[in-house]
Amino acid sequence: MTGLAPELDDKAVLAIAESYRNDPQQLIACLLDIQEASRRSYVEPRWAAVAAKAMGVPVGRVYEILTFYSMFSTEPRGRWVIEVCGSSPCLFNGSGELRGWIAGALGVTGGETTPDGLFTLAACGCVGFCAGAPAVKIGDAAYTVSGPAEAERLIRSFREDDPASREVFLCRE
Amino acid sequence: MQGVRILKEGADVPDPLDAGAYLARGGYSAWRKALEAGPEAVVGELKAAKLLGRGGAAYPAGNKWGQLLEIEASPKHIVCNADEGEPGTFKDRFIMERTPFRLIEGMAIAGLVFGSETGYIYVRGEYRRVQAGLLRAFASARRAGLLGRDILGSGRPFDIALVSGAGAYVCGENSALLNSTQGLAGRPRIKPPHLAEVGLFGAPTLVNNVETLANVPPVVSMGGKAFLEIGHPDSGGTKLVCLSGHVARPGVYEVPLGSVTLRDAVYSPELGGGMKGGGRLKFLHLGGQSGAIAHPGQLDTPYSYSDLRKAGLSVGSGAVVALDETVPILDYLAAVARFFVHESCGKCCPCRDGNPAVLDKLLELADPGRAGPETLEALKSLAFVMTEASFCGLGRTATAALRSAWKAFPEEFGRNAA
Repeated sequence: MTGLAPELDDKAVLAIAESYRNDPQQLIACLLDIQEASRRSYVEPRWAAVAAKAMGVPVGRVYEILTFYSMFSTEPRGRWVIEVCGSSPCLFNGSGELRGWIAGALGVTGGETTPDGLFTLAACGCVGFCAGAPAVKIGDAAYTVSGPAEAERLIRSFREDDPASREVFLCRE
Repeated sequence: MQGVRILKEGADVPDPLDAGAYLARGGYSAWRKALEAGPEAVVGELKAAKLLGRGGAAYPAGNKWGQLLEIEASPKHIVCNADEGEPGTFKDRFIMERTPFRLIEGMAIAGLVFGSETGYIYVRGEYRRVQAGLLRAFASARRAGLLGRDILGSGRPFDIALVSGAGAYVCGENSALLNSTQGLAGRPRIKPPHLAEVGLFGAPTLVNNVETLANVPPVVSMGGKAFLEIGHPDSGGTKLVCLSGHVARPGVYEVPLGSVTLRDAVYSPELGGGMKGGGRLKFLHLGGQSGAIAHPGQLDTPYSYSDLRKAGLSVGSGAVVALDETVPILDYLAAVARFFVHESCGKCCPCRDGNPAVLDKLLELADPGRAGPETLEALKSLAFVMTEASFCGLGRTATAALRSAWKAFPEEFGRNAA
């Protein structure tokens, strides 16, 4: 895998834990931030151990959280995890087609990471944008597109780090 | 029926995250009233209002508050359930994004009633953007004196901490939510003891849904009786209904309880606006994945807790997913079953092993080469065991859609199973 290498070191992990005042009640939020800061959408077990120590919780509890909650991965994924909503309001409003368009734009089938390490195509449960169905969650926002050309444009906006040109695809209500 | 705005009042202001503007519009007048009236009076108004819990279980909020008030202990915790993971439900997000201060005021009133200095709001991990907005709203509220050590010069402290989930539907169950709020895996607890007695960190705890807490300031402001009169004799106020699926106008709508029928919800030009693309309605899935399926013959049922319950249906979370005749019922139920396969936490056998078995039997039933009468028998017995023997509500209600759809569309179940 080339391109985006994980850049997090122990010091950065400790800084994230510190931003939550090492409060064990904020462990989940802290791990989400670590995952985001990894640039590869995952939590390296070593980082988890460092955070556990800083927050004074057993390492096993951190692993339990990483495996219990579906937003976490302990394996590197793409910088952007593209999650197509598979819940019924989206599923019966064309989420299969939407998935196909995005897969085409990425050149992958599913569950895979693009060779440049930028994208992983995945599925997820309801993201709460049923009125804009079918929805796809990328980062912390939900988008929708109505054809392969739009899917290309949406993906390009992430590839070229151009947030302004993806605004138009945000799910509206 | 239209025009009544309680929860949507103020939803269109240009500055929804500005606490000063909320205060200038009359915000926190309910909090002031609650401070003067005292805890018993507030609980009395909630009881008179017949405000039913808006998260899905429809437990009377006044009773829940009353029970916690009677418990003598300190501290008591206030927790807001904002783990809106129910497919087809997006009204809590609407409140958190558009009218966050009504929710904050509702939690602050709970803080007054129970003498709590800290409230927690547990927001699902998928709503990171909503969380960021809420944190801005909290900061604005602190600057305006609506949260903090001394609310509006009263000397009364209250503040709210935000806790994030990370993708687990079961955390919408209140005891699982409290475990997750403590930074643990979100598995449900054995009850009793009830959360009012042994809740967050073992202390007595109030857990209410976002929409329930957002209704508290209006109840206190207008009084329980007036609130009741807006809704149904069995349940006061309005309900935020989330319309999705194949309706022409999906979105969040506010309707006084009992004022519209299911038909109105789908076809009224001011609500669903009919089925899109000229499709014909086949069924509604009400209240979330754990809710029952309504067939077109039930469209004249009024949208109220008791009328829907009598019809074997439920308000639940407020989800109304309307689907047209292009959707085979077995495909739909397989999608519901896949959802529960994924979301079962694995703690108990009936739910952990029952949901995959249900999915397997549904796929079998859709296949003329594999289905037989024994498939139907197996499905029936699985649904029974899961409903009776599952540990928490997730497993107990996972087959509600299946059981109701079977009654509504027996021919589609029987087609391959003769």
